[in-house]
Order: sequence, then C-alpha cells, then structure tokens
Amino acid sequence: MIFILQMTQEKVVLNTNKWIDNYADYMYNYAIVRVNDSDLAKDLVQDTFFAGLKSAKNFQGKSTERTWLVSILKRKIIDHYRKINSKKGKAEVRMNFYEDGENEGNWLEERVPQSWNNQSEKSIENQELKTQLESCIDALPEKYAMVFRMKTIQEFETEEICKELDITASNLWVIIHRARTQLRKCMEDNWFNS
Amino acid sequence: MFKSFRITCNEATTICDKNQYGEATLLEKLKLNMHFIRCKICFSYTKQNMTLTKIYKGHAKSCKEIKHCMPTKDKDLLKEELSKLKL
Repeated sequence: MIFILQMTQEKVVLNTNKWIDNYADYMYNYAIVRVNDSDLAKDLVQDTFFAGLKSAKNFQGKSTERTWLVSILKRKIIDHYRKINSKKGKAEVRMNFYEDGENEGNWLEERVPQSWNNQSEKSIENQELKTQLESCIDALPEKYAMVFRMKTIQEFETEEICKELDITASNLWVIIHRARTQLRKCMEDNWFNS
Repeated sequence: MFKSFRITCNEATTICDKNQYGEATLLEKLKLNMHFIRCKICFSYTKQNMTLTKIYKGHAKSCKEIKHCMPTKDKDLLKEELSKLKL
C-alpha cells in the first residue's frame, strides 16, 4: 500500500510494503537495547507498525520514514515504562541501606560494604562474571534495570534518557543510585564473596 | 558555613554513583570528599563502586558489539499481520 500525500508542491510517498524489510531490524535493535526482552521488543515493533499504518495519512514528510516510525516506537517505549513504573509490588521494593537520620556513618550493619575476596579486575573478561552480572541486573525491578541499562550499558546521555522516558535528571540519578546499590549487594553476595 | 557542606550517607553514595559517570558537579565532589573525612564506610563504598564501574564498562563494551536482528520467522509473521490490517 502506498500513501501519496499531497503537500504544497511536492508529493510524499510512504511505502508501507517495504517497512518490514527496511526498518524491522533497526527498530527491533532500538527496542531491545532499551527493554532487554526479545518478545517485548517484537511486540513494541509490531505495535509501532500497526500504529504507523493507522496514522499513515498524518505523515507529512517533514522527517524520513524511519525517523517517523522511530518516534512512534519511542512513544510505545515510554508507555511501557510508565506502565511498569505504576506497577505496585516489585517496583516498589526499596532496599534500605541507612538508618533514618541525617548523620554520617549511619549505615545499617547488614548493608555495610564487606571486603571483597574475588579480585574483579582480573576477571573483567570472564564470561562467568558477565553471566552473574546479567542475572543481577535481571533481578532488579524492571524500571531500575531499564534505566541502568540505558545509562551504563548502552551509555546514553542523561538528557536523552530523561527525554525518552519523560523523567527528570534528579529522578534518573535516584533510580541509578538504587539500581547500583542493589546490584552491588547482589554482586557482593554472588560473586565477590561467594 | 561548613554545615551546608554536610551530607548524609544516602546523599554521599548518590553523588558517588553520579560521579562514576563523570556527571557530579564540583560542589557535589567537594561535599563528597568532606563526607569521606568522617565516613570510612562511604569511602569504602566508593572504592568498591569504582571496581564495579570497571566491570560495567567491560560488559557495556561487549554488549555494544552485538547487533540484534529480528528473526526472519517473526518478520514474515509481521508482514502477514500488516497485510491483514491493510485489507
């Protein structure tokens, strides 16, 4: 199906027959690095194409077809993020590392950093270490894992993540902090002192 | 004056995490270093955090080398679904 949109003088052609061949891989890769779940990434891409098809008449040709589709995909990712953000339960669990109060040194005894036996620097390329790290990231609440992956693994700019997920910078740093403290504990228990 | 430089362990570790990405401000770094004078636990947390950052960076490097492609089977299914929607 080809949509031809008449603009002032020029014609904008949207060739939906070629969407899968031209953009499926790019969009799938775009989605999976953000959600780290292949099934979810496939669903998001599918929803994007469906939404694109439905609103094809609104395409004005101000950007390329791919940019337009990616902007729809971004919206879908934000919707997903908001959905998991509003979920009760796992996402609400917070590990408390400190006693209440404003003084320094008020770490809870069981949360105080332990000395580590396993010297990690020697093992950075170790596959087992990567597997353990992935399993610790997967154990994080979904929204923490998503933000942590985008910032730390995919190395996105803070501003870009805030824009994509519609959160403030201070929000992002609180999430990163909680993610990292929980990850540290997980790695301490399962790698460094296991 | 120095009272305004005092931060809690929660704030200190948050700044420490931010600093791992090179995004802590000069004032935040100053507060963090002053906190270290009083708090050995946060100092130890920071040292370990740096080790973890090295691990995360190593992992990030290997992850970035992977390009994910949608399986052909799923592309075919998606083509079918799209063509149904077009009818």
